[in-house]
Amino acid sequence: MSLDAANSLIENRVVAGLDQDAKIAQSPLAVRGLTVSYGEKPAVFSVDMTVEPGQMTAIIGPNGAGKSTLLKAALGIVAPISGRVTIFGRPLAEQRARIAYVPQRASVDWDFPTRVIDVVLMGLYRELGLLGRIKGNHRARALDCLSRVGMADFATRQIGQLSGGQQQRVFLARALAQGADLYLLDEPFAGVDAATEKAIISVLKSLRAAGKTVVVVHHDLATVAEYFDNVFLINTRRVAEGPVAEAFSEESLQVAYGGRLAATQIDQLARG
Amino acid sequence: MLLDALTLQLGYNATLVAIGAALLGTAAGITGTFLFLRKRALVSDAVSHATLPGVCIAFLLMALAGGDGRNLAGLLLGSAVSAGIGLWCMNWLTRNTRLAEDAAIGAVLSVFFGFGIVLLTVIQTLGVGRQAGLEGFLLGSTAGMLYSDALVIAAGGAVTLLLVLLTRRPMTLVAFDPEYAAARGLPVDRIDLLMMGLVMAVTVVGLKIVGLILIVALLIIPAVTARFWSERSDRVVLLAGLFGGIAAYIGAALSASAPNLPTGPIIVLVSFALFALSLLLAPNRGVLAAMLRHMRFQRRVHLRQGLLALAQGQAIYESLTLRLLRRAGLLRADGVATAKGRARAAKALRDERRWEVVRGDVTQEAAAALYDGLRDIETVLTVDQIQEIDRRIDGPREVLS
Repeated sequence: MSLDAANSLIENRVVAGLDQDAKIAQSPLAVRGLTVSYGEKPAVFSVDMTVEPGQMTAIIGPNGAGKSTLLKAALGIVAPISGRVTIFGRPLAEQRARIAYVPQRASVDWDFPTRVIDVVLMGLYRELGLLGRIKGNHRARALDCLSRVGMADFATRQIGQLSGGQQQRVFLARALAQGADLYLLDEPFAGVDAATEKAIISVLKSLRAAGKTVVVVHHDLATVAEYFDNVFLINTRRVAEGPVAEAFSEESLQVAYGGRLAATQIDQLARG
Repeated sequence: MLLDALTLQLGYNATLVAIGAALLGTAAGITGTFLFLRKRALVSDAVSHATLPGVCIAFLLMALAGGDGRNLAGLLLGSAVSAGIGLWCMNWLTRNTRLAEDAAIGAVLSVFFGFGIVLLTVIQTLGVGRQAGLEGFLLGSTAGMLYSDALVIAAGGAVTLLLVLLTRRPMTLVAFDPEYAAARGLPVDRIDLLMMGLVMAVTVVGLKIVGLILIVALLIIPAVTARFWSERSDRVVLLAGLFGGIAAYIGAALSASAPNLPTGPIIVLVSFALFALSLLLAPNRGVLAAMLRHMRFQRRVHLRQGLLALAQGQAIYESLTLRLLRRAGLLRADGVATAKGRARAAKALRDERRWEVVRGDVTQEAAAALYDGLRDIETVLTVDQIQEIDRRIDGPREVLS
């Protein structure tokens, strides 16, 4: 390769880098070169992701593909081996207040002595500080968030008395109470009833309408096209990323799921 | 004698012990609740057993330096250092090896305690300075408690309580949902460490009164007891403090009222008595309440089943059902329904149809969730709502061929 050719290559890269920087600065959640490993087997390997602002994005992929891990690493819950995470172009530590997270239901002890409203009040944790008293307006806001997910009637129940779907909605209400700009949900539709799925999706759509960004780890391929604007397909590595119409294609599903989906199934899904 | 003890009439030393114990009990109950909610109760047992080598080494050092080996502050400092090392070992084992936490607890507890016992024996055979009373750290001994000892205990308890007050929210959040706490930027590891530090402080402060073998009871029993009485973590914390304080106060008074009653074990027994009472009598989670609830529920089921059977003209075989129906005046002795019985039966059947409508309606989810096949629909819906449902039941229907 001649020196000139090499120079122009480098130049191109630099230009590409600048373009990337602009994208990263605008993105509510941008990940570059992220690798996370449990033991010595990477669960997520060298992944780049750029979430579009004000839209709903689904992270999809087969079981064990690193969907939840990607989310947890983006939130700093698990420490990555390498990689960089930015939230609205800034480091995660500066932007915590702008992120709301809805963990998987299984992560919690449901016999814990706490009522539905107390769980939602945890969303106001930052505002209350260490010693601030919980006042009437805090309770009113918590109740408002509960009614947005249709759970206001359950405010004083102990959380263990709720069904799985209702517990999931309480988690969503807690995230709403934070008043964040970026919402990250880990499998919110897993094992919930139809009423809950409807309630959750309508809340998420209202968040999008208010200009918020929503990222959901999702497992149900059949509803991807109906619910989401963008998809991020992952199988340890990034497989595809972009608007559903482009990225949710036969080829990328084939790559992400391999033999796990029958060819006819993939065909059907991609045509939507 | 006991009354004298409870009203602090037994003299200077007994009063000192009772007040010190009550403070310690409150601090232990409150701190222990967070440990219990975090599901790490047994860690405190390992921490307390890990104090023994520290106590012995501190004694040896102070005696060798020519001072009084029994200086309480010095001994507690030693115990804190060795408990801290024990805690670090446990954390290291769970994090860096494949050992689960229970295995790490077992390993640390036995090794540190064994080492401590060896040191204790060595001290006794050496006959270094007045070592008498060092065994008191095993089961607690309050006989020779000094005013300065009481001050150390009171100060330790007060500092612990203050720290808990400052960190109760993060600690609760971490105990309930560590992932969410981490996502909000809380330093989960450091909060866990702080929780353990508080437990260590209570343990060290309580060594003199309760002893290292039984301090775990003071941390855990009040929390478990309080859990019977409330579904709210803040109240469980307060109640645990209350129960811990009461148990320690009564226990200390009891042990002072008769010669040679060991303080620590008596406090634990009083604490257990409160636990047993709560287990039996607590309104929601108590055993008696559960039994009563079950009996009442069984009766309601039988009565309802009986009414539905009557409405549909089915035979009733259960003798309890028949007895209940007769007692309520719904069934005559010869097994024929009374007028009241027929009316109630018709109503029960109609309620079933109404519930079907409610359960098929997504907008009535909260009401539908209350469906159990037993309760009258009026207790859940308003008259207007029921009329609306009735219109739907009786309204024009599709004609089936």
